[in-house]
Amino acid sequence: MRKVYLDHSATTPVHPEVVKTINHYLTEAWGNPSSIHSFGREARKGLEEAREKVAALMGANPEEIVFTSGGTEADNMAVIGGAYAREKDGKHLITSQIEHHAVLDAFKYLEKQGFEVTYLPVDEDGLVRVEDLRNAIRDDTTLISIMHVNNEIGTIQPIEEIGAIAREKGILFHVDAVQSYGKIPVDVNKLNADMLTASSHKIYGPKGVGCLYIRKGVRIPSYTHGGGQEKKRRPGTENVPGIVGFGKAAEIAAQELEGEMKRLTALRDKLIKGIEERIPEIRVNGHRTKRLPGNANISFRYIEGESLLLSLDMKGIAASSGSACTSGSLDPSHVLLAIGLSHEIAHGSLRMTLGRDNTEEDIDYVLEVLPEIVERLRSMSPLYQRKETCKQKECYAHVQ
Amino acid sequence: MYSEKVMDHFTNPRNVGELENPDGVGEVGNPTCGDIMKIYISVKDGIITDIKFKTFGCGAAIATSSMVTEMVKGKTIEEAMKITNKSVAEALDGLPPAKMHCSNLAADALHKAIEDYRKKQAS
Repeated sequence: MRKVYLDHSATTPVHPEVVKTINHYLTEAWGNPSSIHSFGREARKGLEEAREKVAALMGANPEEIVFTSGGTEADNMAVIGGAYAREKDGKHLITSQIEHHAVLDAFKYLEKQGFEVTYLPVDEDGLVRVEDLRNAIRDDTTLISIMHVNNEIGTIQPIEEIGAIAREKGILFHVDAVQSYGKIPVDVNKLNADMLTASSHKIYGPKGVGCLYIRKGVRIPSYTHGGGQEKKRRPGTENVPGIVGFGKAAEIAAQELEGEMKRLTALRDKLIKGIEERIPEIRVNGHRTKRLPGNANISFRYIEGESLLLSLDMKGIAASSGSACTSGSLDPSHVLLAIGLSHEIAHGSLRMTLGRDNTEEDIDYVLEVLPEIVERLRSMSPLYQRKETCKQKECYAHVQ
Repeated sequence: MYSEKVMDHFTNPRNVGELENPDGVGEVGNPTCGDIMKIYISVKDGIITDIKFKTFGCGAAIATSSMVTEMVKGKTIEEAMKITNKSVAEALDGLPPAKMHCSNLAADALHKAIEDYRKKQAS
């Protein structure tokens, strides 16, 4: 059976060149970078080269990069550290309703510690309105955190503008760039970011490693105490194999970025257009053009996302959904609710995220298989049956 | 995460559809929580002679609907009333814990259909 992996926003396969690099640092250059001898120096060299590569892909200086265990740790460091760094200036913080839980839940934690948080709404495409941000800023606002690209619907936020406002007001600005770094251009100076999160396993690097960019001059407290690694900002012996793998992945991403953006945008548009032509009563979630090249997020009315995923999986297609059943809670995705979808439409969402191994043939295969699956599930759905006998609004009123 | 039986009932659901002149219809769930089950029954001499379902929901919701129709076809309504959501889940070799309360409502839908039948008989 054909296997088509369309879940690159969840994770990506490790690039073969990255595997080679990691392998070298597991078997040959396995020293502790803090050691003074040749073993240590070799590991140190690999570590610092990786730092340069990771920094280069975001227009940063290597000394501004702190390696972490991944995006979640970096987001927590930035949000919690940023809030406490400026605590004496105020306790009001701003973020959006559609952030990843690594950011959202860090803010929820801060609320319990006595901070006040404004969660900005988004429009129906998932864009933060810059005016809303302006209006939310107060004299005691100390930190703004907005994601670059949304992990579910792929919408690209107006980060440059938001960053310029933060800069003008002297407010710390953090950007969660886990879904954009290595996939679209990310430049910490253009974005006006004071802190920026990136992750390795979203760009064909290993899991368990990420980084936080911290602009020179910005000081945030550290909550891990130990050795002097990462300039005391993140103590603990460095994950050298992971970090060099991240560096290699960043190097490859830099070379391939432009070409992959073009290629994935074309494949994505073919996929979305193909679905629109073949399947009625769907909704494309997220902005049409201000969108991550490889992201397609579509709601299919009258059916539920997990059933759709199981059916696709049986045909070898791997995707994800914002339905409650797949989120582990009773509510569907907070992102889909924030863009104004009803629960029922949100439950029927399908996220397909494309990556470097996907081809035109993969898209053709999805377009061949998907309509049958949707039709089969709809034929079993009591909501679909109702649609034929009464107007949609009445139907939903009836079943509420 | 799902048992083979769940996947079998999800892939090849038994008794999908509607009955044209059902003796009883039962519905549970709502689109907000992501699961709606509707069960149609035909009853003759106190025995469920035919049963169909339509379900909007996850794999567990579809599989439990299918399983409950198989369990009660040909049974008396008294026997059918004794079937619980738990016994449906057990017949499917269990469900993941998260699914036990949100997507395991097929017996409730069946009982509602029987209540509907009894109401119609009484009137």
